[in-house]
Amino acid sequence: MLLVILLNNPVASALSLVMALFSLSGLYILLEAPFVAVLQVLVYAGAVMVLFVFVIMLLKLRPEDLQQDRVTIGKAGVVLLGVPFVGFLIHKFLSVPVESSFKPVAANFGSPKEVGTLMFTKYLIPFEVVSILLLVAIIGVIVLAYRSPTDRD
Amino acid sequence: MINLHHYLVVASLMFTIGLAGLVIRKNLLVIFMCVEILLNSVNLVFVALARDFGLMEGHVVVFFVMAVAAAEAGIGLAIVITLFRKRQTIQTSDWNLLKG
Repeated sequence: MLLVILLNNPVASALSLVMALFSLSGLYILLEAPFVAVLQVLVYAGAVMVLFVFVIMLLKLRPEDLQQDRVTIGKAGVVLLGVPFVGFLIHKFLSVPVESSFKPVAANFGSPKEVGTLMFTKYLIPFEVVSILLLVAIIGVIVLAYRSPTDRD
Repeated sequence: MINLHHYLVVASLMFTIGLAGLVIRKNLLVIFMCVEILLNSVNLVFVALARDFGLMEGHVVVFFVMAVAAAEAGIGLAIVITLFRKRQTIQTSDWNLLKG
């Protein structure tokens, strides 16, 4: 995960992000969420990251741009000022009392059937709103990226 | 034994890494990847808490967050392509048109 922000080459960043997303999918399986784990691999590692790599390849990046974006000690030092923030966050989380391990759950917890039932009954309206959002996104992308044949360079 | 705390700590570390990358990197594509890391860390919290409470609402919310993230990635990359066509660069430091 750290490699994503430390590596110089965007392609290497993207590939390490794919690795991180796959590991996250493993964590979801450990958390008894197989539906979310499969979605993670399909949507993120599959669709979104392919889109990223595609755009990286599409743009002709100049090598000197990559040089300019090197993470220097100075920048990293400035970011270290954020360490108290992390410390605070972790302290807050650790002060929440929890049991030493997770309670057992039903065998079908997190299965696609159960999640789908919940999604299409209790959360039907948000689901429809998300579908409209995706439609708007598709149209927006076409409008943004479309270039008429006359103004091609 | 692994419990809720471990997952929350991993998620907060992920969130911090994403935030740090958002600040120090200049490459617009890497900045978008950092936004993905932020969204994923929140997803991890949702799933971990869903497991802890034994409720599946968290999984539904994660599904919605993923849909929003996909839409965001698509629109963002389209904007990147449009900007690259105009200025031939995706370094944020090269976009200083508004600088006085």
